[in-house]
Amino acid sequence: MDQFILQILNGLDKGSAYALIALGLTLIFGTLGVVNFAHGALFMLGAFVAVTVSNLLTLSHKVVDNTRTDFLGNPLQVDVPYLYDLFGQTTGDAIIDWAVPISIVIAIPIMVSIGFIMERGLIKHFYKRPHADQILVTFGLAIVIQEIVKYFYGANPIPTPAPEAFVGSFDFGVILGFDPNAIIYPYWRLVYFFFSIIIIGAVFAFLQFTTFGMVVRAGMADRETVGILGIDIDKRFTIMFGIAAAVAGLAGVMYAPINSPNYHMGMDFLVLSFVVVVVGGMGSLPGAVAAGFLLGILESFASMSQVIDILPGINQIIIYLVAIIILLTRPRGLMGRKGVMEE
Amino acid sequence: MLGLEKKDFRLLLIVIGLTMFAPFILNPFPEGSEMAQFNAGYPDLMQRFVIFGIFAIGFNILFGLTGYLSFGHAAFLGAGSYGAVWMFKLLSMNVLPAIAISVVIAGLFSLIIGFISLRRSGIYFSILTLAFAQMSFALAYSVLTPITGGETGLQLALDDPRIFGVSQTATGNIPVPALFGLEMRSSFEWEVGAWLFTFNTGYYLAAAFMIFAFYMSIRIFRSPFGMMLRAIKSNQTRMSYTGLNARPYTLAAFVISGMYAGLAGGLMASMDPLAGAERMQWTASGEVVLMTILGGAGTLIGPVLGAGMIKYFENIFSKINETILHTWFSFLPDGLEDIVVAMIYPFIGKGWHLTLGIVFMLVVIFLPGGLVQGGQKVAGLFSRKKPEDAKPNATEPAE
Amino acid sequence: MSKSNFSRRGVLKTGMVASAGLALPQYLRADGHTGFTNAPGDSEVILGFNVPQTGPYADEGADELRAYELAVEHLNGGGDGGMMSTFSSQALDGTGILGREVKYVTGDTQTKSDAARASARSMIEKDGAVMITGGSSSGVAVAVQALCQEAGIIFMAGLTHSNDTTGKDKRANGFRHFFNSYMSGAALAPVLEAAYGNNRKAYHLTADYNWGYTTQEAVQSSTEAMGWETVNTVLTPLTQTDFSSYIAPVLNSGADVLVLNHYGGNMVNSLTNAVQFGLREAQANGQNFEIVVPLYSRLMAKGAGANVKGIFGSTNWHWSLQDAGSQAFVRSFGTKYGFPPSQAAHTCYVQTLLYADAVTRAGSFNPCAVGEALEDFEFDGLGNGPTLYRGEDHQCFKDVLVVKGKENPENEFDLLEIVEVTPAAQVTYPADHPQFAGGALGTCNPGA
Repeated sequence: MDQFILQILNGLDKGSAYALIALGLTLIFGTLGVVNFAHGALFMLGAFVAVTVSNLLTLSHKVVDNTRTDFLGNPLQVDVPYLYDLFGQTTGDAIIDWAVPISIVIAIPIMVSIGFIMERGLIKHFYKRPHADQILVTFGLAIVIQEIVKYFYGANPIPTPAPEAFVGSFDFGVILGFDPNAIIYPYWRLVYFFFSIIIIGAVFAFLQFTTFGMVVRAGMADRETVGILGIDIDKRFTIMFGIAAAVAGLAGVMYAPINSPNYHMGMDFLVLSFVVVVVGGMGSLPGAVAAGFLLGILESFASMSQVIDILPGINQIIIYLVAIIILLTRPRGLMGRKGVMEE
Repeated sequence: MLGLEKKDFRLLLIVIGLTMFAPFILNPFPEGSEMAQFNAGYPDLMQRFVIFGIFAIGFNILFGLTGYLSFGHAAFLGAGSYGAVWMFKLLSMNVLPAIAISVVIAGLFSLIIGFISLRRSGIYFSILTLAFAQMSFALAYSVLTPITGGETGLQLALDDPRIFGVSQTATGNIPVPALFGLEMRSSFEWEVGAWLFTFNTGYYLAAAFMIFAFYMSIRIFRSPFGMMLRAIKSNQTRMSYTGLNARPYTLAAFVISGMYAGLAGGLMASMDPLAGAERMQWTASGEVVLMTILGGAGTLIGPVLGAGMIKYFENIFSKINETILHTWFSFLPDGLEDIVVAMIYPFIGKGWHLTLGIVFMLVVIFLPGGLVQGGQKVAGLFSRKKPEDAKPNATEPAE
Repeated sequence: MSKSNFSRRGVLKTGMVASAGLALPQYLRADGHTGFTNAPGDSEVILGFNVPQTGPYADEGADELRAYELAVEHLNGGGDGGMMSTFSSQALDGTGILGREVKYVTGDTQTKSDAARASARSMIEKDGAVMITGGSSSGVAVAVQALCQEAGIIFMAGLTHSNDTTGKDKRANGFRHFFNSYMSGAALAPVLEAAYGNNRKAYHLTADYNWGYTTQEAVQSSTEAMGWETVNTVLTPLTQTDFSSYIAPVLNSGADVLVLNHYGGNMVNSLTNAVQFGLREAQANGQNFEIVVPLYSRLMAKGAGANVKGIFGSTNWHWSLQDAGSQAFVRSFGTKYGFPPSQAAHTCYVQTLLYADAVTRAGSFNPCAVGEALEDFEFDGLGNGPTLYRGEDHQCFKDVLVVKGKENPENEFDLLEIVEVTPAAQVTYPADHPQFAGGALGTCNPGA
C-alpha cells in the first residue's frame, strides 16, 4: 500500500513535467495550427537560462593562492566570484545558492521574446504550409538550437542544484501512519509539482476569464469569423506563442535541479510530449494535462519491481502501449475534437 | 517501353546511368588532392546511397501517394536486417535467401502494424506507428537481447550452426556474405592517372535492386492502384461516399513500403553483416521522413536525392577536422588563417548536425517542393517552359 | 601493373605516381604482394580515430581526440614526448612509426553501432587507415572490433568496460587496454567490505543493456562472495532520464546499499535523483545508507556535481596518480590543453603508443605480426604499473583504482580521490571465467 501511494506521488510529479510541456505544445497547435517540433528545444533553453544565470552569478576573477598548487604544480588560481566583492562571502553564497529561483524571473521575459522572434521570424510563414513542412522546418530549428547550445556549453550535463533549503525529503509516511521512510518525497520535486499546478491553473484562468483569452478561444474555434469581426487575431496568436514558449521555458528552469541539464534534453522529451498531446487529443488543453498526469502515474507503476518481475520490459514500453490502447479505443484521444489533424 | 511512358522511361534510363557510373561521378577529385576529402566514391557510402534510396522510395509510396505519414518505418528496416543476419547465422552466407527473408519478415511485420495503425488517420496514425517502432526499439535493445544482440547488435560468430556452408573459413575466420561465391565486399580498383575508381560487387548488387525498386515505384505511381492512392490523399471522405473502402488500398501501400524497407534492411545486412537496434529508433524513422521531404515528397526521384544528400553530410562532413581545415587555408597569412578556420569549424566535423539543421530549414523555407523543385527552378532558368508544366504532379506538396 | 602498386594508396597520396593513362583493373584483395589490407607507403602511415563527436558522449569523444592528437605529435617527435620516455619499451624514437610519419583521419561514431561501422569503413576504404581506435561505449567497440576483424585491420579499443569486448565478443584483431566489469567488481568488493562491513544488503539499479548486465553480474557476485546480500535488482531503460520512480522504493526495501550500474547520462541522473531523495543521509538497518557507482568517470562525475561526494567507484586511471608515467602524461596534456586528461584520454593515448611500439618491435604493419607483438607483452611506465596484454583474450591486466568522490575539492578537476590501488593480481581471472564464457578469439586476419 505504501508503495502504491509512493508511486502515485511519483507519477504526479513526473506527470506535472509532461503536462507542462504538453500544455505549451497544445497551446501552439490549438491557436496557430502549427506542429512545433522545436518545443522540446524551448524546454531545454529554459533549463539553460538557469545554467546561464548561475554562471553569471558565479562570474569570477582569479586570485593566485601561493599556498596551494594546481594539477600541473603551478600556484593555484582560485576563482573569486564578483558577488563576494559586492556583498561579502555569506550573502554572495546565499545569492548563488538561489540561482534557480532567481532564473524564473529572468526566464519569463527571455522565453517570451524567444517565442515572439520564432513566431514572427519563422513560424508565421508556415501557417498555410502542410504539416509535413512545419515538422521539417521546426525540426531543423530544434537541431540548430541544440547544436548552438552544445557549442557553448558542451555535451556533458551541467549540475544546477536547488537551493540548500530544498535539499532533503519530506516524510509523508509518518503523517499517514506508515513507518518512517516508507513514503518520502524530495522537497524540490514537491515544489515542482505545486509550481506546475499554479502555471497550469494560471493558463486556464487566463484563457477562461479574460477578454483576451475569450478572443483567443474564439479564434481557436473559428479563426476566420473572428478576423471578420475586425479583431487582429494574428497579434493575439503571437502573444500566445510567447506564452507557450514561456511555459515550456519555466518547465525547463524548474527541471534543472531535478536532472542536470544537457543539450539534448529537449529531444529526449520531444517524442514523449507528442505522445502526451496526442493521447490527450489534439488541440485540447484539459486533455493534454490529463494525459500528462495519466502517463506519468502509469509510468511510475510500471517501474515497480513487482510489476517488472511479472512483465519484464514493461517499463520500457508502457507509455507507447498505453498510447496505442487509448488511440484504438478512443479515436481522437481522451478529449480530442473531431476533424483536427485527421487528414 | 517496359510498360512506361516515354518521359518515365527517360527518367529510368537516367537513374540507371547515374547508378552504373556512380563510381566515376562520385569520385571527381584526384586521389591525394585537397578536394579528395569530398569524394564519396568508396564502397560503403555508395552502398548506403542506394540502400537508403530504396528505403526512401518505399516510404514515398506510402507518404507521397496516400499522405499517411508513418513515423515508424525504421522498425521494418530493423526487422529485415535481423531476419537477414539470422539467415546468415543459420542457413548460408548467400545473400539471396537473406534478402528474401528480410522482405518477407518486414512484409508480415508491416501487415500487423499497418492493420492496427490504419484504423486511425492523420497525426493519430503517425503516433501509432511511432509507438510501435519505439516499442520495437526498446525491446530489441533490452529484453530481447538473446534474439537481437541488444546493445552490441546481432552479429556473426565463429560457432554459428550454418546448414549450408562452413562455420569458419580455412584460416579460422567468419565467412563473408556472398552471391554464389562472389563476395559482397570485393572490389575492382582502377587507376586512371591520379584518379582511383572503385567498383564494388556489393554496390552493384544493391544498385541493381534499387533500379528494380525504382522501376516498380514508377509502375505503381502510374497504375490505377496509384491513382486510387492519390484519391485517398486528396479526399478520403468523398471516396468512401462513392462506395469504395479505402482501407485495403492504404494497407496494401503500407505493406509494399514496409517490404521496401525490409529489402533495404536485408541489403544493409548483406553489405555488412551486423544488425543494431538503433536502426529502429525514432530518429531513424525521422531520417527517412526528412530524406523524402528534403528531396521532394510525391516525386519519383526526390526521395533518392534526399537520401543521398543526408548520407553525404553524415559521412563526408563529419570527417573534416580542424587539421584538414588548416591545410586547406594554409595559403592564407597566419592570423587570417586562424580566423577563417575558427569561423568554419563550428559547421564541420563535430558540428555537422548544425549544418544539416540549417540545410533542412533553408530547403523547406525556400524550396517547398524539395530538391526536385530546386532542380526544376534551375532547369527553368535555361528553358522557357515553366517548371509546373514539365512535371504536373511533381510539385504537389504532400500533406 | 607497375611496381608502384606496392602500397599504392600511400604512394598516390604523396603524388609520386605518374602512371598516366589506363592501368589494368586491379582486384583490391589481391593487394597480395604486401599480404595485408592498407599497407602504408614509405613516407607516411594513416591511423583512424573513431570517436563520438555528436550525441551524449561528445565531450568524452573530444577528450579522446585530444589524446590522439597528442600521441601523434609525440610519435612524430613533437612536444615533450609524454609517456614515451617513461614507457618500459624504448623502441619508439620519435620518428613516426617505422620511419613513416603518422597521419590520422577522424570520424564520428555517434555512439551508434551502425554509424560507427560506417565511419570505420570509410576510414578503411577511402582513407586507407591501417589501424582503427576509439569509441566510448561497449556496443560501438564490439561492432567496430568485428568489422576490423573482417577487414583485416587492427582495432585498439578506446573506452569500453563491458566484459563482452574481451569475453564473448572478443576478436583476434581487437585489443583492449581499458579495464572491465569483472575487474571493477573484484577491486571494489574488498574496499567496500573495509568501509561498510560485510553485513550489508544491496539494491541494484541496472541499465537495461549488455554493459549493465555484465557490470551487475560482476559486482553482485563479488559482493555476495564477501557476505553481502542482494535484496533486489531492477533494470532501468537506457532512455530513462528521471529515475525517481526507481529510487523512491529503495529506502523501504530493507536494503542499506544502493548500487547504480549506470554510465554517462544515466549515471548522472540516477545519482542526482538518489541524493535528492536523501539516501546519502538516510539510515537503514541501523547503519548509514550508502551508494556505490561501479564505473566512475571524472567527466561524468562533473555532471553530477556535489552529489558524488563520498561515493565509491572504480576507474581505470586518474590524473592525480603520482607515478612517473602518469605525471609525464598529465604534464604534456595539461600544458597543451590547460586541463588534466580524463581516463578515456589516457586509455586512448596509451593504446596508440602500444600499437606504434608493437609495430616497431614486429618490424611490420601486418596485423598478424602486430598482434603477435602485443600478445603476452609485458610493459610498465604507462600510468597503470606493470601491465600484461594477455594473449588468450587480448585484455590488459593491470592495477585498478578504487576512488571516492572528494569531500572538499580543491579545484574543478579535483573531484575524485584515490582510495586504493588494487594490485593486478587481485583482479586477474582465468580466461575461461564464466563471466567471459562463449565466443572465441579466432585467428588473426591480415585481410589479403
